[in-house]
Amino acid sequence: MRRRRFPWFVISALVVGAGFYVALPGFAATVGPVTDSIGVVKIAKGQPVTVAYWMVVAGPDASLGIDTRRGVEIAMEGKGGKLLGHPIKLIGEDTGCNAEGGVTAATKLSANRDIVAAIGSNCSSEAVPGAPILWKAGISTVSPSNTAPKLTAADRGPTFDGYLRTAHNDKVQGRVAAEFAVKVPKVKRAATIHDGSPYAEGLANVFAETLKKLGGTITAQEAVSPTDTDMRPVLTKIAVGKPELVYYPIFISAGGHVTRQAKEVSGLANVKLMGADGMFSPDFMKAAGDAAVGMYHSSPDLSPEALGPKYKDFLDKHQKKYGEKPLAPFHAHGYDAANMIFAAIEKVAMKDASGNTYIGRKALRDALFATKNFKGLTGTLTCDKFGDCADPKIAIYQTESADPAKWDPGKNPKKIYP
Amino acid sequence: MRGAWARKGTLVDLYLWAFRVVVILVVIWGTFGTLRAGTYSREHWIDFAVFGLSQGSIYALIALGYTMVYGVLRMINFAHGEVFMSGAYTAYFVADAFGRSGYLNRNPLVSYLAILVVAMLTSTAIALVVERLAYRPLRRAPRLVPLISAIGASFFLQYAFRGLYGSGFKAYPEPEVLKGKWVIAGIGILRSQVIVVVGAALMLLVLYWFVMRTKTGMAMRAVSEDKDAAALMGIDVDRVIVITFALGAAMAGAAGVLYALVFKQVHFFMGFVPGIKAFTAAVLGGIGNVPGAMLGGLFLGLVESVGPALFLDGLGIVAPYQLKDVIAFTMLVMVLIFRPSGILGERLVVKKA
Amino acid sequence: MPMRMDRQGWWNAVRKGLIWGGVAVFVAMVGMVETFAERQVIIGVVSFGMTLLALAGVAAGFQAARGPAGGGRVSALLGGAVAGAVVGAAVAGLLLVGSVLNLRTMFVSASPRLFSLLSAGQGLHGWYLPLLAGTALGMIAAGASTLAARLRRPILTGLMSVLTVGVFQELLQIMLGGEGVGAVIRDVLFESEGLLPRGALILFLVAWASSSLWIWRRAAVHVWVARRPASQQRGLRLLTLGIGVSALLLLPHLAGPFLSQVLVLVGLFALLGLGLNIVVGFAGLLDLGYVAFFAMGAYTVGLLTSTGEHGIFHFSFWTAVPIAMVVSLIGGVLLGIPVLRIRGDYLAIATMGFGEIIRLLVLSDFLRPWLGGSQGILAIPKPTIVGLELSGPEQLFYLTLVLCGLVVFVASRLRDSRLGRAWMAVREDEDVAEAMGINLVNVKLLAFGLGASFGGLSGAIFAVMVGSVFPHSFQLLISIKVLSPIIVGGMGSLPGVLVGSLALVGLPELLREFADFRFLVYGAALVAMMQLRPEGLWPEPVRKRELHESEQDAAEPEKVLA
Repeated sequence: MRRRRFPWFVISALVVGAGFYVALPGFAATVGPVTDSIGVVKIAKGQPVTVAYWMVVAGPDASLGIDTRRGVEIAMEGKGGKLLGHPIKLIGEDTGCNAEGGVTAATKLSANRDIVAAIGSNCSSEAVPGAPILWKAGISTVSPSNTAPKLTAADRGPTFDGYLRTAHNDKVQGRVAAEFAVKVPKVKRAATIHDGSPYAEGLANVFAETLKKLGGTITAQEAVSPTDTDMRPVLTKIAVGKPELVYYPIFISAGGHVTRQAKEVSGLANVKLMGADGMFSPDFMKAAGDAAVGMYHSSPDLSPEALGPKYKDFLDKHQKKYGEKPLAPFHAHGYDAANMIFAAIEKVAMKDASGNTYIGRKALRDALFATKNFKGLTGTLTCDKFGDCADPKIAIYQTESADPAKWDPGKNPKKIYP
Repeated sequence: MRGAWARKGTLVDLYLWAFRVVVILVVIWGTFGTLRAGTYSREHWIDFAVFGLSQGSIYALIALGYTMVYGVLRMINFAHGEVFMSGAYTAYFVADAFGRSGYLNRNPLVSYLAILVVAMLTSTAIALVVERLAYRPLRRAPRLVPLISAIGASFFLQYAFRGLYGSGFKAYPEPEVLKGKWVIAGIGILRSQVIVVVGAALMLLVLYWFVMRTKTGMAMRAVSEDKDAAALMGIDVDRVIVITFALGAAMAGAAGVLYALVFKQVHFFMGFVPGIKAFTAAVLGGIGNVPGAMLGGLFLGLVESVGPALFLDGLGIVAPYQLKDVIAFTMLVMVLIFRPSGILGERLVVKKA
Repeated sequence: MPMRMDRQGWWNAVRKGLIWGGVAVFVAMVGMVETFAERQVIIGVVSFGMTLLALAGVAAGFQAARGPAGGGRVSALLGGAVAGAVVGAAVAGLLLVGSVLNLRTMFVSASPRLFSLLSAGQGLHGWYLPLLAGTALGMIAAGASTLAARLRRPILTGLMSVLTVGVFQELLQIMLGGEGVGAVIRDVLFESEGLLPRGALILFLVAWASSSLWIWRRAAVHVWVARRPASQQRGLRLLTLGIGVSALLLLPHLAGPFLSQVLVLVGLFALLGLGLNIVVGFAGLLDLGYVAFFAMGAYTVGLLTSTGEHGIFHFSFWTAVPIAMVVSLIGGVLLGIPVLRIRGDYLAIATMGFGEIIRLLVLSDFLRPWLGGSQGILAIPKPTIVGLELSGPEQLFYLTLVLCGLVVFVASRLRDSRLGRAWMAVREDEDVAEAMGINLVNVKLLAFGLGASFGGLSGAIFAVMVGSVFPHSFQLLISIKVLSPIIVGGMGSLPGVLVGSLALVGLPELLREFADFRFLVYGAALVAMMQLRPEGLWPEPVRKRELHESEQDAAEPEKVLA
């Protein structure tokens, strides 16, 4: 029976398929009042403005993507769900935190010509192959969590012309962390741990290089795997080098284990601990417990003096909407990325008499790159010509209480540098 | 080349021989280098060993579930890591309630008994549901079919728990009693680790007694020898299989609580890696063999903890702990080359179902 | 209404209701109802989340009516109503509990929004709504189940096509595009959020009509075909084949870049599956570390062709591919030798270890200067044929298609060769095979080596498809994702591997939209498929016969006793 149906299936597929035709976007066009060198998105009256995310929202790294997506969703709520009178529609693709996921997600998004701009990716390995695919279709993308220096390096090439990020370049954060270690706690000997992610490896290396330049000694450069739980052996090995500070710019789970177990290892009882923004979150306080008291974090300046009470508001909204604390550290970057895009759209969009909106893709890209003194949750954002938008002001915080309920960046963890 | 192989594999023997020699030489060279450098003191080595043993005891407890199910059904219960996770994750809510009300510190023993009971019951319930829905209908199917079903069940459970409890991290509260170290025979050992090792040993003894001395245990061994013959002798095979799953799951639930004692954090993905490791431990010890699983677990824990420092440090390899699984799996292959059915595995498991 | 149902019938209805009620509560608590509340199947009519709940009620009613009731239409309807009511009661119970207690401290999805959705915004006072809806759905489903097949099937087909189109609406809208005939169809059926009510109605009618027509004329068509002379029948078959092949060749242009990309991925996994099938399906050696060879192929091509900092020779792709295959082949043999004497599940774990070793080595800081560590190898150029660059998924599709065809050919020749028969013998019983004079060492190593070289080939394509290679692409998960299609398709069967890859790689890619629940559904689907078709979707004829034989075996003794 099944066999006999086969020809019908093929024939009907062919007939239906004959009607499908996808024109590739990405060509100069004049639509309505807008002329753009790579294409124009037309949004008819009452239709939504489509923004896409490409993030890792399934699989073992899902908390990273869900966290950033929630930032985007809260930003949409902050706009009342509307932009220029059109509802905002968020669609998205899972990227799986690997290169092939980035390619597939970007390919799917690039085929959807309604998409105005994209937010993503999460992992740098997704952005390397994915961002050029999006840009080929004229879609600019703002990443909330890619930190690999090469993505915004001077030699990144024209295929990355549509790529920006609100996340910190590892180069900036690693350097500030090392400078702080030398200047304030007067550390001469330090050890680093990374977890095999490009983010952590990049930060650990920049930290080590800067510290060496400033006259310090690196006693060990160790690595763990993000799923490891027993860090005591590797910490024992680190203890042998008698470091004064351990720098581990990794993520919440493994970072929590390192923090809890460091004090239990003989020889490390008085060592200073330092993490990065990868685990600067209330969830980390839960994971690390009281062992986190006294440890340092490098992170964007989230203190109320710099930002006002915005971040606290954000956390309240998050708790109300999702019933839990942020899962990972990049929700604020996601929030900023979304708002940056909304602002740029508002700047370049044009309306015609009947209420349709037109957005030029190249114009939008240029508006994004022209972002200047943009007050966000992660600081004041200004984009350079290679797409680095994050506020270069990195602060160092010290935890005073590990109670996640007392999480209030600036006071606890207390900002101590600069 | 063909000709050489055809003559009863002399080239192969040569290669195997060379492989063993190279691995052993590298190990000796690395060990010698490490010891001569004298980086680590006696205390360091003792620490490494203790850390390894406590991690190993947890592997051993999880490995029991794999090994027992394998014994009676000849199938890899790939979802066992998730059974472990379900117990630890669900019991967290009990522990959290105790921790908030302060009862955990007032009466840690009763609290932990309650946590343990909840964890074991949850794990058992999950395992029985999985057995009923995903494995029982496939008992007569070809060998790989239940394996794929188990993999499916494993994915399903992970993401079901993520949907139910959320994808964030949760951390068990830490009672005051368990903070700090106890000094045993002049060596300071973390209290939680002492409890884990002692607790795991007790569980294993109880289980061993159950399997060797009780009537149900005997029935279990009979089913594992020959299902059809056991059925002819009046043993209710289905019941024995259910009991086996329940016992293995209860051990996994207990392992979950012990895991939470030392590592605190629980989340939906926590079962996957320990599951794989415990499975490896079960194979190392000789799958289907209860003391073997215990031995395999301890061996694996020790190798992971001591191995990188002892073997790789001396070779001048950077970040040796990144490669701890490389050592663990190489050791596994070495053990299997010398003893193709694990350390304590006596007979070859040849027949496919 | 006369109570004509017996106790067994009642109990069956309640039991089915409880099971599906549990499913409904689970679907709500796992977060699907709330997440998919915005996701419209038909705009303004029903959301995908509600559809899922409704399906539980329908399934309960359907199964209850099909149970051992035996008492005609009335008792079937009654059974369906009872089962549906139990499902509704379970949801209502959840609503009550959730309104009284704060379930959210434990279950994150038990949000106020969920309870407002379950009660249609009525809160606690709406507790009767799920109950009513469940009863109604159960009864309707039971009623439908008692209809004659010729009436029931078109309705079911109609509903299924509406549901399918509603679920895949985003994809279909993209495919229909913005111009020409496609745009017209799109505007009639869809709005940007989903299917329009009128679109749903049109779809239902079209599907219903064509299904009815087919049921009505099916026999006549078969008779017509059977009456044609043999030459014309062959011609017809050739015609269908020709249409099939040309459809395959035109596919990327018809379907657009995204579907082509999905097809490239399917092709890639099919290639991997064909390679692993030699090891697992033909020779019966369970290999859980197959990803190692995939990684070897990808890294070899990456190192040999990359124009970035880790590239060594800057070879062209076509030179690098055979080298990658040879490297993987050697890798396969070198792995094969130490594990030659390890059997069964011991082999599975040893190979899994090998896969992890390779991943950890390429990730390690130790080999970072040569292999790039976690930062990977970048700038791998796309292959070119006579000056034409195979850059987009549409072009890569042809490459994978050609290679798949080639590998299927090679694999089928291998299977029917002397070596293939030796593999089968080893699979069935190693000891007997050895006793029959088969050289186990040769045969096993050839399986490992050939399987590995196919793995290396797909790794090579992977490297150019992505344009960069990262260690994170070579997790244990890949080995599992390659193994599953082989078993789901039917072990040892070549078309099975292709069908399995389509189902297990293609579908999840198309369902990317349901990101958060993709793996949940994937897992459930694996379990379900194994139960429904343990022999696989497209099994080898021999295997199928074997399974039937064992069924007959099981049946025979009873006959003897009777």
